Amino acid sequence: MSLLRTVATLRAAALGRAERLTTVRHQQLADPPFVFIPLALAGEACAPLAAMAGTDAGHPVLLTVEQPRDRTRRFRFAEQLADLLLPYVDECRGDSETYEAGRPKESRERFTRAPQILVPNQGGIAFTRLLGRSTRLRRTDGPYAVAPSVPTLGKWLTWAADQADFPGSSTLLSMTRMLGDHWATGQSSTEDAHLAALLAWIDPPPGMTGAQAARLAEDPARHPPAGPATDPLFDRTLSELVTAYGTAAGDRARAATGRAIEAELRTQLAPTWDLMWRGIELLRALPPGGHVEERWALDRALFTGYASHLDESGLPQPRRDHAAGAARRLARLEDAVARYESQRAFDDPLVMAEYELSGEAFTGTVTAREPDRVIESGGGGGRGGKAGLFRPLVTLRTEQRPPIGEGETVLSPDRPGQKAEILTIRDLGGSDSSDSDGGAGNGFEADIQLSGGFGGKRKPPAPPGSIPEIGEQLCYTTLGQYVASAQLPDDADTPWTHGGPPQPYEPTHEDAEETWE
Amino acid sequence: MLPQQPEDRLARLRGPASPEPYTARKITALTANPACARRAVLDAAGVDKALLATRIGFEPRFGQSPFALTRGQAFETLVAWGGYAELVSLLRTELAVPVTEAAVADLTEVAGNSAPAVRARETQRLLERIAAGDEDRLILGHPMLTLDVAGRTAFLEPDALTHRIGGRFYAVEIRSFPAIDGQADPARTAEAVKQAAVHVIALRQAFHRAGLPPEAVADEFLLICPKDFSNRPYGRLLDLRQELDAVEFQLGRLRRAADLTETLPADASFDLAEDSAGSPVRDAGELDASVGALEAAYSPSCLSFCEMSRYCRQEAETAGEPARLGSGVRNDLPGIGSTRTALGLIDGTVEPEPEQAEIAELLRTAARLRDLRGGGAA
Repeated sequence: MSLLRTVATLRAAALGRAERLTTVRHQQLADPPFVFIPLALAGEACAPLAAMAGTDAGHPVLLTVEQPRDRTRRFRFAEQLADLLLPYVDECRGDSETYEAGRPKESRERFTRAPQILVPNQGGIAFTRLLGRSTRLRRTDGPYAVAPSVPTLGKWLTWAADQADFPGSSTLLSMTRMLGDHWATGQSSTEDAHLAALLAWIDPPPGMTGAQAARLAEDPARHPPAGPATDPLFDRTLSELVTAYGTAAGDRARAATGRAIEAELRTQLAPTWDLMWRGIELLRALPPGGHVEERWALDRALFTGYASHLDESGLPQPRRDHAAGAARRLARLEDAVARYESQRAFDDPLVMAEYELSGEAFTGTVTAREPDRVIESGGGGGRGGKAGLFRPLVTLRTEQRPPIGEGETVLSPDRPGQKAEILTIRDLGGSDSSDSDGGAGNGFEADIQLSGGFGGKRKPPAPPGSIPEIGEQLCYTTLGQYVASAQLPDDADTPWTHGGPPQPYEPTHEDAEETWE
Repeated sequence: MLPQQPEDRLARLRGPASPEPYTARKITALTANPACARRAVLDAAGVDKALLATRIGFEPRFGQSPFALTRGQAFETLVAWGGYAELVSLLRTELAVPVTEAAVADLTEVAGNSAPAVRARETQRLLERIAAGDEDRLILGHPMLTLDVAGRTAFLEPDALTHRIGGRFYAVEIRSFPAIDGQADPARTAEAVKQAAVHVIALRQAFHRAGLPPEAVADEFLLICPKDFSNRPYGRLLDLRQELDAVEFQLGRLRRAADLTETLPADASFDLAEDSAGSPVRDAGELDASVGALEAAYSPSCLSFCEMSRYCRQEAETAGEPARLGSGVRNDLPGIGSTRTALGLIDGTVEPEPEQAEIAELLRTAARLRDLRGGGAA
């Protein structure tokens, strides 16, 4: 945890109200997102009990399983969920656009929309993954046939759950994680995992502090848990009804009990449904960060890729990753984490402040500039120096000694395409080095040499705005200089250490017949 | 005057109610938070913590769902069915030994008597017979073991103990959380491993008393849980060595609960009994004062397992303990005992002690950066 977050948490606790951790929103919110609140049967691996889902705050769809231990009813639940989710996924496959990517550059197509599934908490993501696992390997013919939409649903859910491991992905997100990334509450992260309590801190009802509202929200009688685990007390009521359903004499009695079960489950889900949309509203009110659209474009491209995979071979994801696939995924994951962290900092001065504190960034004010500076190229060879290199210089005044040393290459979020090198750092005197109270001195000056980012110009004058002006406040950081991860060999060239070229996974009869009890 | 027997003092604190059993779960909870004298004493005295917390206004919200209970029982019955046939077949695949058949001694009750002490004696008797070489093919179902924890005898019940396989005996734990594609929930597996470690330590002591070499109890145990989405049992041997060391270390350093009661005032009591009119003999204020006199070590992780946690949380909040905001905040505030002090250091109303100078400077810098870069209330 960063010290900035700790300060925010301390202040939130003292004020009784959440504090902002960011100045912008770092995740995409699709229009509309697909909100999915699953409830699971306690004690089972992945037995759906009920769910509330849909894309319209005013029209939640309630799915229930009156006999949670009945296998056919579980598949019926999966079918109903597929009937909601698959049309939403298909709608996203309407318009597409062309873009250039790859080495060498080639033109590719991607859809202009992509599906986004929002669940209440990390448990919801785990449930989505398991529901995907338990449905994607099913067969649509033979002795244990299920509806064709069931394995398709399983593949999409598995795909979405796989994306959720990537920090920059907005395909499957949990509301608690999203809100927790943007606000610090005055309670611990354990308590923040409770959606109602977390939202109470951010958006308390009138006349109450966040702290008071959060305590009240913890009471399951007031605010049922956001799933997938249910309140054990509620389970007692439900258990009686489920038993009554099983032993009901006659269809009418059974139907009546079925309606009672549905009504009970609705009371457990409806409050969370409202919280989800309130959370969406709060997040939408934040302006999106600069890189959000770019990351969403990647999500859209991945969605396009998986959609065409399903059109072509349509093979489900294997039970376990092949070694080569796992290695590739790990490399992508590491890359994505580094990229996401630095993009967040570039988009958001409040996130960058963490790096200022840790000595990976600093901020100062421009006090002098040499916009037309040209230096000799070639570096002392004697023959080269004819044309000269266009290297403007700016001088930055800082209060503290810049934590980044002379000779280092840095970037600024304001002009990310412009490389900068710290040439010299001068102590302006007056600050006694033995005195830890450093602010009393005259500060420091850093000469920073710029290269590139002048609108393609190789000699002065540079286009206006491309060189920082006097008085401008600038942040420079060592972040953002990605080292592209090493290229992994193609699947066909997978070495023996990783099991040789992977074979595509064909689901077996055993997979299809797997019991779900 | 004779010094009071420590057990007497603990029993007196509890009052006339019969003591709550000391389970493996309580031991692992204690090892998870060994600094918590409050839990150590309440558990050692056998106090009903859920009832106590309710009486002082913090009704705990733990409970087991009837669905989970049914499922757990059904699965255990399945594994134990037909003389642990499923267990024997798992042993065959997991331990690669030609196990043909084994006898089972079910120790859930002894001739209709399910008192822990009786079952523990019978378990010990059977272990002695095994030591004598009489019963080499005997699986013990629900053996009852004893372990001395913080000055009090705990009765422990592993799900089963295998017969001698390749010179070793294996503890068996049956759990109803699934292993999907060979992977089970890490948190629940870790809890099962901790409990198995407690069981193995107790088994080794029992072996020692029976004249069997303690190391004959393997430092691996067999975890049995449902496979994938089915009810079929799936078993894996899990290594316990690291956990055994950890639990042994924590058991060793647990202060004797009786010593911890010495700080309690003479009139302290956790007596939850009611008089003939149905009103509590000790009112909430008296109980609250007694609980408050025991030192707690609250952290947010307590909320997931301890009945007293919400009381302790309130107390920690009132005292401004940084740990209640999580270990991250606590670690960020070394040498600062209160969130109020931390806030005072930030806004300059509190002068830092010499050893706080460095962290105070860092906090001020962080706070200044937050203000400069646009942080603030939502």
